[in-house]
Formats: sequence, C-alpha cells, structure tokens
Amino acid sequence: MKFGIVTFPGSNCDYDAYRAVVDELGAEATYLWHKTEDLEGVDVVVLPGGFSYGDYLRAGAIARFSPIMREVVAHAGRGGPVLAICNGFQIACEAGLLPGALVRNAGMRFVSEAVYLSVENEGTMFTSQYEKDAVLRIPIAHGEGRYVADATTLARLEDNGQVVFRYCDAGGSATGEANPNGSMRGIAGIVSAEGNVLGMMPHPERAVDSLLGPADGKLLFESLLARVAV
Amino acid sequence: MKNRAYRIAVHIVPRAGLLDPQGNTITGALHSLGFKHVRSVHVGRHIVIETEAPDALQAEASVQQMCEKLLANPVTEDFEITSAVPL
Repeated sequence: MKFGIVTFPGSNCDYDAYRAVVDELGAEATYLWHKTEDLEGVDVVVLPGGFSYGDYLRAGAIARFSPIMREVVAHAGRGGPVLAICNGFQIACEAGLLPGALVRNAGMRFVSEAVYLSVENEGTMFTSQYEKDAVLRIPIAHGEGRYVADATTLARLEDNGQVVFRYCDAGGSATGEANPNGSMRGIAGIVSAEGNVLGMMPHPERAVDSLLGPADGKLLFESLLARVAV
Repeated sequence: MKNRAYRIAVHIVPRAGLLDPQGNTITGALHSLGFKHVRSVHVGRHIVIETEAPDALQAEASVQQMCEKLLANPVTEDFEITSAVPL
C-alpha cells in the first residue's frame, strides 16, 4: 500500500506524515509536488498540515486550485481514500470534497495543545481499528479550526454518521469547555458521504510514537492499512 | 468591441449570524473607549480589482464570478460589489 503525501508551498507537516507512514507503519510513501498532475498510482492521498500559500485570502483557498487537486478530486471520486489533516482539511473543504468550512477560532488565539477526541464512528475506513466510543489524545495546532456549516448540513452529517471525531473531555463528554476552537457541535473531524475522504483538524501523524507523547493516531493509519489488506 | 479598464472594489464580510470573534473583540474595545452605542462590528476584506472588459456591466459580471469561484467562501461569507469605475 502506497501513500502519496502532497506538498504545497507552505506545507509543513508533510515530513511528519511521511515519517509516520514509513517509520511507524512500515508502509510505502512518496511526496507529490502540488504542480504535478500524476498521483503515481498511490492508494491513499494525504493532504498534510501547514500554511499553504501563506493562508492568503482564506486558509486553503488558493491551494485548492493547484494542478494536483484536479487529480485528488478525481481519485476521491473513484472512491480512493483521502486523509486531509489540518490545513489539508481546510483545502478539502475549499475544494468541495467535504461540506462546511473552517474559520477563525472562537477564542481568536492559535491553539497548540493535545486535546481529547471521541471516536463517533468506528465504522469508517479510517477508524476501524479503534474501539467503539474510544477517547483519543491527539495534538491540535491551528488558528482557523472552527468548523461551521449550515443547519441542514450539520443535521445530515449527524444523521449519516459522518461526524467521526468530536472534541471531548478526558471522560469522553463533549462539553463546551473541551471544545478548543468553538467548532459547531464540537466537530473535530468528518468524512464525506461516501466515507472515503476524512478531514480532521487534529494531527494523527504527530501522535504515532509513545516516546514523543500520545500515540493514539497510529490506529488511524493502521485502519487504512487493514482495509487494503482485506 | 474594444476592452477598457475598470476598477471594482469587493467588500467581503462574515455571513450575518455567524460568530465573528474579531468583530466581537473590536466591539468590546470600542465600548471600553467610551463608544457605548456601538452595536456590532464585523471585520472582513476589501479587495480592489483592476480589470478589462467591453463595458462596466461585463466587468461587474466577471467580478461577480470571481467572488463566487474564489474571493468569497459561499459557506461563511457574504460579498458586495461596488460599481465599476472607468480608469
């Protein structure tokens, strides 16, 4: 199984994603420069974190027009997995791969800390290795991570089980205090209606080695591997 | 028809009703300065575009498309286009 990690000008978590996939999972990975229009036959596309195009205009607004994004959208249309993390989530929303948008944190501050997430749907290709209702500890680092969508979209996401991760406290309760950025319904991650595009603000690729802190992100990558092994 | 140059400004503001933390922070600062009658502040972007088109109407129509495709996010923002000014 091969991961393709897209590098935009201003991406800064591409290397972390590469190391997580190659060192921790022993899977194959390659970097894909945003100007290329060839996905090189990768199975999973990773849109990594960072500040593509300096967050000019809006986070992700310019990156979505990079040449590679046409191919990423086509890959997603064929049911190919896309893992969109942080800035990648912002890009995926701008590109229409996922509904809604990510705007300035309610508290106005850039928040960099480990947060708790509840696994709201363990039936996706990204979460199959997690226990039902598992509580994860995974870092966030963003200034524009407040998920917003209209009421109809929110209801649809909830009804279809597309809300995959929600900010919560250590006990798994999605309280207001546990919500670090004011996201509607405490949403930290969602999947597309078809279930093959996951967007999340927290960084699972930064939580794969217990030497460096929580390693709760590792099962996300292992879920993807398990899917292909079947 | 020969193209001519126009300047068009676009105002983009957060969608009404959506939490605007920047605007709220500035509202608080204005209140503390004594501007007690300020009801609300909204912070957005002001974009000035110089473009060419056969006439003002077509210049404005093309800026409308720019807003829909790139300049504004239809989920979170509203925009207004000012009249094209010939250059």
